[in-house]
Amino acid sequence: MKEEVTAAGGGPPDAAAGAPLDRGLLLGIYRNIYATRRFELQCIELYREGFIRGYLHPYLGEEAIAAGVCAALRRSDYIVSTHRGHGHCISKGADLKRMMAEIMGRVDGYCAGRGGSMHISSRKDNNLGANGIVGGGIPIATGAAMGIKVKGTDQVVVDFFSDGASNNGVFAESLNLAGVFRLPIVYVLENNHYAVSTPIECSTGCCDLAGRGPAFGVPGVCVDGNDAVQVYQETRRAVERARRGEGPTLIEAKTFRHGGHHINDPGLYMDAQKLAEWKARDPILLMRRVLAEEPAVAEIEARVDRELEAAVAFGKNSPEPSVEEFLAAISD
Amino acid sequence: MAELMYREALNRALFEEMERDPLVFVMGETIGERGGSYKVTEGLLKRFGPRRVVDTPIAEASFTGMAVGAALIGCRPVVEILFIDFAMLVMDQIVNQAAKYHFISGGQGRVPMVLRTQGGAGNGLAAQHSQSLEALFYHVPGLKVVMPATPGDACGLLKAAIRDDDPVIFIEHKLLYMTKGEVPDGEVLVPLGKADVKKAGRDVSLITYSRMTLTCLEAAAALEKEGISVEVVDLRSLVPLDKETILESARRTGRVVVVHEAARRGGVGGDIAAMIMEEAYDDLDGPVVRIAGRNTPIPYNLNIEKVCIPSVEDVIEGVLKLV
Repeated sequence: MKEEVTAAGGGPPDAAAGAPLDRGLLLGIYRNIYATRRFELQCIELYREGFIRGYLHPYLGEEAIAAGVCAALRRSDYIVSTHRGHGHCISKGADLKRMMAEIMGRVDGYCAGRGGSMHISSRKDNNLGANGIVGGGIPIATGAAMGIKVKGTDQVVVDFFSDGASNNGVFAESLNLAGVFRLPIVYVLENNHYAVSTPIECSTGCCDLAGRGPAFGVPGVCVDGNDAVQVYQETRRAVERARRGEGPTLIEAKTFRHGGHHINDPGLYMDAQKLAEWKARDPILLMRRVLAEEPAVAEIEARVDRELEAAVAFGKNSPEPSVEEFLAAISD
Repeated sequence: MAELMYREALNRALFEEMERDPLVFVMGETIGERGGSYKVTEGLLKRFGPRRVVDTPIAEASFTGMAVGAALIGCRPVVEILFIDFAMLVMDQIVNQAAKYHFISGGQGRVPMVLRTQGGAGNGLAAQHSQSLEALFYHVPGLKVVMPATPGDACGLLKAAIRDDDPVIFIEHKLLYMTKGEVPDGEVLVPLGKADVKKAGRDVSLITYSRMTLTCLEAAAALEKEGISVEVVDLRSLVPLDKETILESARRTGRVVVVHEAARRGGVGGDIAAMIMEEAYDDLDGPVVRIAGRNTPIPYNLNIEKVCIPSVEDVIEGVLKLV
């Protein structure tokens, strides 16, 4: 990892080739990585205490992808998320309080307690939402990009999905559609090496998932998903390309889940040596190295810790949805 | 008042809504230059251009999902699925995505899309191009289901469906496209959830929808000659269901037959019959009867195809058993 971060050619206007990346940008990325890590650990604790029910799919180990990608987006750009979506939600600007309330199933949650972890969305940030169906969001994101074209705005869509989803039929259909219509979308394939428990080498004969893009006329690029800066730089390029009307890009971000598929899956099937190797390249460690001399890091961490504490209190204090009101709203 | 074919009436609805609202656009297979398999989208490409009249590859699941995504950001997409049989490829996007979004987002977003498709038997198209599958959609909370029988209703209901803020499954019938009927001049809007008494009667109520409305009207005309006064209630939309009109008719005549082309088992008719018996039992002179398609895949051969779906004679026979 280079100490000084530079943007490669074709980079953003705020960081011409060779110039260091903006300090605020890097700190913002770090904030989102750290906030996601802490948020997930907090959720696990709350789950064990009985405050969270249902399924919870932690994004532990993958935080740099969402943080790097969203740093390259405008607020008006859209994202479509997955069942492992807390990191996407946080990095797109969600309020931790309302997120926590939603995950605890309370009325002050983004979805009034109706969605939970697997269905969280925050429309104020143009986060169109997570999805309980693996691959289910891919056509939706593609359609949002089509909608942008119909409306004639210069927005861009980022679609997060996994290596598992890339084996689903809608992945091929949607990339083909985006390719033929040159839609303003960036497909971010988070390759965490496991589809539930099935390792990638057992689910596909193709080792380079980015290579699937060119088959549909969509350029494919592979990045180190634990390196938020690299993720940011490649996303920035793809987003600018999409904004210029030059069409979609597929970014494969390689990473590794730090645990099982969901909170109740200990992940005993995971390759311990690989896990140790990836943990040695933990996104938090890598980003702290980038920001080695940065005094604001401690301050950011303290602020996130306080925010999170407030979010937990907010969630716990938020009422449960009223059964009477719920029943009264059902039309027939 | 113009006399239009069902397909022309649908075409007029699309033209008018696309003229009225630049956020309305259509997507589907072979709908552009060719104007659709049944000519419903004829002329749209020329008038509105390829940005709003999108010929898609054969990728039903994804282009239907694209309608969901475009609807989520404020567009009003109308997708065409050539045959309702092919809609089985899009069930995740309709059932898990479109139908759920408004609810699970806590009202943060809506899905104002229309899925136009067509079903029904009668042309020797065999088992994968002849089904009546409305019950699958009727069963799923969060969807609206519309099935027009006449050109006037087809025009007015499609316009209302496009303006509706929820996903609407709009099911046409392949044998109706060439049928003719009056379509009023000017703005025709038929609200969803409002049944239409196509023929008033005193003795028996026929509750029906889509092409079976024509079958029932024919049966009613024949029965009238026998001195039996038959009311024909065309539901027009199944969700929302106009319970009020159904129950009012049932209470008045005391005898009810529910008629649909779809297979009897698990059909919409069973649900409507149960609803009538639960809510109007005291006013009935007998059990509600169902006349429906047989529980079989639709065969290719025309002789054995036609016995799979209710005929005018079947309806007459059903009514005669009741009175």
